[in-house]
Amino acid sequence: MNIPPAYVLTLSGILFALGVIGVLIRRNAIVIFMSIELMLNSANLALIAFARTFAPAQEALRGHVFVFFVIAVAASEVAVGLALIVAIFRSKESIDVDEVSSLRG
Amino acid sequence: MTIDLVLFFGLALISVVAAIAMIASRSAVYSALFLVLNFLTVATLYLLLNAAFIAVVQITVYAGAIMVLFLFVIMLLGTERESIGGGIRWQMPLAIVLGLALAGELAYVLLRTDIVQGPMADLSTEFGSPASIGRVLFSEYLVPFEVTSILLLVAMIGAIVITRKQRREGK
Repeated sequence: MNIPPAYVLTLSGILFALGVIGVLIRRNAIVIFMSIELMLNSANLALIAFARTFAPAQEALRGHVFVFFVIAVAASEVAVGLALIVAIFRSKESIDVDEVSSLRG
Repeated sequence: MTIDLVLFFGLALISVVAAIAMIASRSAVYSALFLVLNFLTVATLYLLLNAAFIAVVQITVYAGAIMVLFLFVIMLLGTERESIGGGIRWQMPLAIVLGLALAGELAYVLLRTDIVQGPMADLSTEFGSPASIGRVLFSEYLVPFEVTSILLLVAMIGAIVITRKQRREGK
C-alpha cells in the first residue's frame, strides 16, 4: 500500500479518541473494557504504520515485535480484568460502574 | 496510488463506523461483535502495511481468543442490557466534546509532522513475514519473550485465584 503514513496514523488517532469516548460515556464495565482494547489496538496500528514508514531498515521490524508483546500483554490483561469483573458481579449483582463506587466488599 | 487510497479509506470508514457502533449500541453482545469487525478491518490494514504475521496474530488472538472470552463473560453474567438514564447528566456531551477535541488534536499534529508525510518505500514480501519476525524475536528479544510466558502464567493463576476466593466467601 502506497499512501502517506500520516493517514494511517490519523486513523489510529481517531480510533484512540473513540476508545476514550467509550470509556467516558459507558457505564457497563465490560463495554468500558472493550473500549480499552480498542485503544490498545489503535496504538498497535500506529506502531505498525511507523514500522512501515522506516521499513527497509531491518530495525523497523522491532515495531512488529513490540506489537506482538502488546498483544500478549493485552491477552493477560483481559484474563485478569474479566476475572475481576466476574468477582465484582458476584458481590454486587451488577457491573454498572456507578454501583461499585462504595469501596466496600 | 488511487486504488490504495480507495482501499484505505474504505477500510478506515468501516473501522471507524464499527468503533462508533460499538460505543453506541445498547447491547453488550452487539458491542462485542462490532469490536470483532473493527479488529478484522485493522487486521486487513496490517496486511496492507506488510505485517502479515501481526495480521494473523491479530485475528487469532484478538478477534478470536479475546473476543470469545468477552462474549463468554457477557453471556455468563447475563448483563447484556445497560440501564439508560441516571448518572451524571452532562457526562455524555462533555465526554463527546473532549474526545472529539482529542481526535482533532491528534489529527492536526499527525497531518503536520514532516517525517510521516512522504510515500512509503517499496518493500519485498520478506519484511514482516513470520520468518523474519521469528529471527528477531528469538535472537534479540529472547528474554522479553520468555518473560511474556511468565506474564501469561501469572495472569492465568491470577484469574483463577480472583474468581475462586470470591466464591469461597460467598458460601
